[in-house]
Amino acid sequence: MPLADLGGGFFFGKSSFIYNPSATSTNMSVKKIQTDVQMKRALTRISHEILERNSGAKDLVLVGMHSRGVPLAFRIRNLISSYEGQTVDVGSLDIGLYRDDISEKPQATMKPTDISVDINGRIVVLVDDVLYTGRSIRAAMDAINDLGRPSQIQLAVLIDRGHRELPIRADFVGKNVPTSQEEDVAVKLAEIDGLDEVIISSPIT
Amino acid sequence: MATNDTNTKKSIRQKHILDLDELNQSDIELIFENTDSMMEVLNRGIRKVPALRGKTIITLFYESSTRTRVSFEQAGKILSADVINVSSDGSSTKKGESLYNTALTLQAMKADAIVIRHQHSGAPYFLAQQMESTSIINAGDGMHAHPTQSLLDLYTIKKHLGTISSKKVVIIGDLLYSRVARSNLWGLTTMGANIVLCGPNTLLPQDFQDNRLHETNHPFRNIQIEEDIGTALEDADVVMALRLQSERQKAGHLPSLREYSRRFGITSERLKIAKPTAIIMHPGPMNEGVEIESDVAHGPQSVIESQVTTGVAIRMAILYDLITGNHSEKEL
Repeated sequence: MPLADLGGGFFFGKSSFIYNPSATSTNMSVKKIQTDVQMKRALTRISHEILERNSGAKDLVLVGMHSRGVPLAFRIRNLISSYEGQTVDVGSLDIGLYRDDISEKPQATMKPTDISVDINGRIVVLVDDVLYTGRSIRAAMDAINDLGRPSQIQLAVLIDRGHRELPIRADFVGKNVPTSQEEDVAVKLAEIDGLDEVIISSPIT
Repeated sequence: MATNDTNTKKSIRQKHILDLDELNQSDIELIFENTDSMMEVLNRGIRKVPALRGKTIITLFYESSTRTRVSFEQAGKILSADVINVSSDGSSTKKGESLYNTALTLQAMKADAIVIRHQHSGAPYFLAQQMESTSIINAGDGMHAHPTQSLLDLYTIKKHLGTISSKKVVIIGDLLYSRVARSNLWGLTTMGANIVLCGPNTLLPQDFQDNRLHETNHPFRNIQIEEDIGTALEDADVVMALRLQSERQKAGHLPSLREYSRRFGITSERLKIAKPTAIIMHPGPMNEGVEIESDVAHGPQSVIESQVTTGVAIRMAILYDLITGNHSEKEL
């Protein structure tokens, strides 16, 4: 099907499949799997689950992983603060120096790690947008261990898309999305991309 | 991390760092961005990250150096690389081995990067031509270039003044023999600084002496030359003093060190001519009392000591980029 000829916004098949001319490749179909409202509800639930699991916000340090884990960590921090009436420490982490595929794959440009609080004995909740192979989380745990010894490390992700390559699971999940490895999951956040949504792009066979 | 992160990799386009004329503005800014991350690592209690584990870096120094060699060694070790130091005294160079043969030997050892300092201009370029996969970093060649020192100067200016573009940078002293100054001319020009050079006529490079500078396509056509230090320092944002080697006086470039100091030395009195926010830099080692007064060198406007710490971070960023990046092979 010569999709490129159909123009923007053409609906085909199920109405949720939208041909998006701005997608990276014209051979991909793009589907929205989470709207801004759904994302807000998911983060609200995750915030409550974090509080429930840890019996409150005491000792919590939320650590967002660059790039999109950082605004998510700040949003969860704001939600938790509004429920508990107390501030929660938040930091950002770049795993560039800890990756295991450092000379095989192109690297993203590094952003500075900024965790200004002592994490020794605290509960670190890592926050990321998509959980996939688990390798980023492995790298993040190594990075955290170099900064101190937390009493616990927990993991909160907006999307779990499966295909783990390591024995890692998330403690708090916004949405489980079964995917194939050929597909791409992209989380877009207002702070970085100007809008909140999660889209999945699949190659057209 | 999303699989199709829009924040895709950039690495600088070069496989080697030989001089700053080969780096454009976005290359330099990329190195600065990574340097910010490296500064954070340097401020930790445990300064060790596994980024270059299993990689080998060889430092090959044919000329004496403390800060440059040590800072490369420390940079490599903090990134978990294995760093091997070779100096000309303890190596087969003493037995008459040529640079070419040394290069082949080191290539066969599969070093990932070689950091070389050599008394002859161009030696790192020669080495880079012989290498298939090893990155070459120029840590000073003759009177030609010292790109990593220059990058650290540029980074220091950016951190203190917010930007380099259109800042007035005054470089004072021995411009003929200073490889740091030469690399800085490229780097500062690329970053859009207004450069003013000040020094004795006998220590100005040939191009600057016979006005070839003002030819329309000369890369340094916008550089200003000022003989009087008072005029040069007016409204300066950055004052960079260069080391005056006593050999220069013996070679007849200068009547006496005292006269040099009187005409071109940076004193607290002269510093008042520059902007009150101006920063003082010096690539080290300093001759206090000759090119710079001790009160100025250790005064509140001096950033000379912080330059040393920054040097480690800059070199970490360079090693990280060269060894892990995807660099297009470039014909030299």
